[in-house]
Amino acid sequence: MAEVEPGPEAAESAESEVESDGAAHGALDGATEPETKTGDETTGSRAVLIVERLEVDFGTKEGVVHAVRGIDFELQTGEVLGIVGESGSGKSVTALATMGLLPKSAVVRGSIKFKERELVGLKEKHLTGVRGTGVSMIFQDPMTSLNPVYTIGWQIAEAILAHQEVSKEDAWKRSVELLRKVGIPFPEERVNNYPHEFSGGMRQRAVIAIAMANDPEVILADEPTTALDVTVQAQVLDSLKTALSETGAALLLITHDLGVIAGLADQVLVMYAGRPVEVGTVEDIFYRPSMPYTIGLLGSLPRLDAEGRERLRQIPGAPPSILGDRVGCPFAPRCPLAQDVCRETEPDLQVVESVTSAPGQHQAACHFAVEVGRGDHGKIFSDGVVDNVIA
Amino acid sequence: MADTQQENFVIQTPAAVAQTEAGAHTLADARAGVELSAADAYGMAGESKSQARLVLSRFFHQRLAIVGLCTFAALGIASVLVGHFWQFSYTDITNNLNSPPSATNPFGTNAIGNDMFAQVMAGVEKDIQIALTVAVMATLIGVTIGAIAGYYRGWIDSALMRFVDLVLVIPVLAILIVLAHRLTKQSDNWLGLAIIIGILSWTYVARLVRADFLSLRERDFVEASRALGASNKRIIVKHMLPNAVGPIIVNATLTVALSIILETTLSYLGLGVQPPGVSLGLLVNQGQDSATTEWWLFVFPVMFLIVLILSIFLIGDGLREAFDPKKSRVRA
Repeated sequence: MAEVEPGPEAAESAESEVESDGAAHGALDGATEPETKTGDETTGSRAVLIVERLEVDFGTKEGVVHAVRGIDFELQTGEVLGIVGESGSGKSVTALATMGLLPKSAVVRGSIKFKERELVGLKEKHLTGVRGTGVSMIFQDPMTSLNPVYTIGWQIAEAILAHQEVSKEDAWKRSVELLRKVGIPFPEERVNNYPHEFSGGMRQRAVIAIAMANDPEVILADEPTTALDVTVQAQVLDSLKTALSETGAALLLITHDLGVIAGLADQVLVMYAGRPVEVGTVEDIFYRPSMPYTIGLLGSLPRLDAEGRERLRQIPGAPPSILGDRVGCPFAPRCPLAQDVCRETEPDLQVVESVTSAPGQHQAACHFAVEVGRGDHGKIFSDGVVDNVIA
Repeated sequence: MADTQQENFVIQTPAAVAQTEAGAHTLADARAGVELSAADAYGMAGESKSQARLVLSRFFHQRLAIVGLCTFAALGIASVLVGHFWQFSYTDITNNLNSPPSATNPFGTNAIGNDMFAQVMAGVEKDIQIALTVAVMATLIGVTIGAIAGYYRGWIDSALMRFVDLVLVIPVLAILIVLAHRLTKQSDNWLGLAIIIGILSWTYVARLVRADFLSLRERDFVEASRALGASNKRIIVKHMLPNAVGPIIVNATLTVALSIILETTLSYLGLGVQPPGVSLGLLVNQGQDSATTEWWLFVFPVMFLIVLILSIFLIGDGLREAFDPKKSRVRA
């Protein structure tokens, strides 16, 4: 079934808005921080990564490509922020910008602060000190992100030795320890294996072990499970959870798999054409999506709890070209609800009603966000019909 | 593990049951073996083969490569041994002039009474010395320049590659003729000759390594090590270079053969090793006039020259195959 029903809580809050709003404020009075799903507020969460008005342009022969057009988010210690979106929506570019790994042709504007330290424009020499120890990254394809000529143990030890003044023996011992933590069986033997002797899931776990080797405070995972099959994904996600609890790191999880988001994320940021189009807690996004694009994403997922047979709903058309400037909402050409206003002005993020008791946390960039959030949005995309509405 | 297997196989054919028993048996064996680790018992450890071992294993599975290696090693060792233990030194002048091969002089003697066997082996030794020096020099210079150009790209790359072009367009032979003649005037100055050849023959390695680095730097694991905070130097030396070692070694081997040919050419032209020093090229030069009358003066140096170069090419081919698992039909 493709239809996404608002959860019972959502329905309830929709019926009695005033009451639930009041309750929400009441709940917030005691806490200084917005609540997150895992209830991390007890540790007194603070923002380790603050991204403000981040814009990334690429100059190409055809013109300027606006890969990221203004994105803001805060990542608290121990929090998991999921960024979802189609290919080309700017997810990976955001991550690479954070690591300072974008090619030189990229123009980065705005601010990325890691613990008060501005990373945008920081010299390579200083960035090297932040990478690995402060912010580390897990890449998409474990087949290629490990060096084929070295043993797994060497590569983990190498990551440790690059930043810490420890003996090789200690680094090696820590490698074994890390492999055990991410759930590799017989780590004492496996540490001597080469990447080609590992399966895809084991390699990705080894990559996670490398990423947590220097106890980073932020881990960026760029589609960590995309290259793996579904059964292995679960194991890798478990390893990732272990890594988070071991290091206490915050996770920026980039994926287009909403299942992964549902299982792991606290906050979700939906990106489309280089901009966030909906931001909120994971409950907000799944139970009260307020932007047609989010609804389309959710509707295109098969559900295990579906009754009977129903066709998946697809979002017609293709993502817009990110080349050059554009007028109006970027999703308008594909949006069944699009009006004239959508084609003329691009909506900003506006606060919409939240399922959880954290007002202001749920925002959507849609002229009709309030109506969409309230409406019977499961039906806005037709069943399996490909409408040719590409602009 | 064994238990569940047996349960599953209860209703299977006798063959399958036998298989299960065999499996359980080996499992028990493995458990009994004290020296075996826990992972071995589950068949999960296996033997880790490093890239070097895989390459060596593939190399030694090729008959021609082994022939080449043995020939080259035999020539090298023999040339040193002959220099020390043979009854004649290559500089010894005897009264036995222009004699054909005999028991005392297996390769005969030349017009001034030198023993040709000692001369040829001394030539082989000199050629190998020169060639190895050239290969080491050319590889060091070429790898450094190629790696820096390929990794940093941009203006560094442009500058270095224009420099390579410059060295390439220098007519090597002309330069060698000018320089070699000055440097090798003193007899036996093989090192000077080797350095000149080395300085001029690194360009190919540089281009090769640059091309390799250009593709390697886009690989995810390089990005990953940068994301982990490795410095440029660390990435180049520790992460990328080991991945480019195959073509570098193959090329170094071929450089050995090519520099022997170059040295021979120079010596043949009378610009390389000067008498009383000896090299194969010099011997060929000295023997060519009498090739039809005193054939041993010409045939033996040429023969050894060909065998020497051929053996190195065989090694090079073997290494190329061994480093390229896609090309090789030999399984390790």
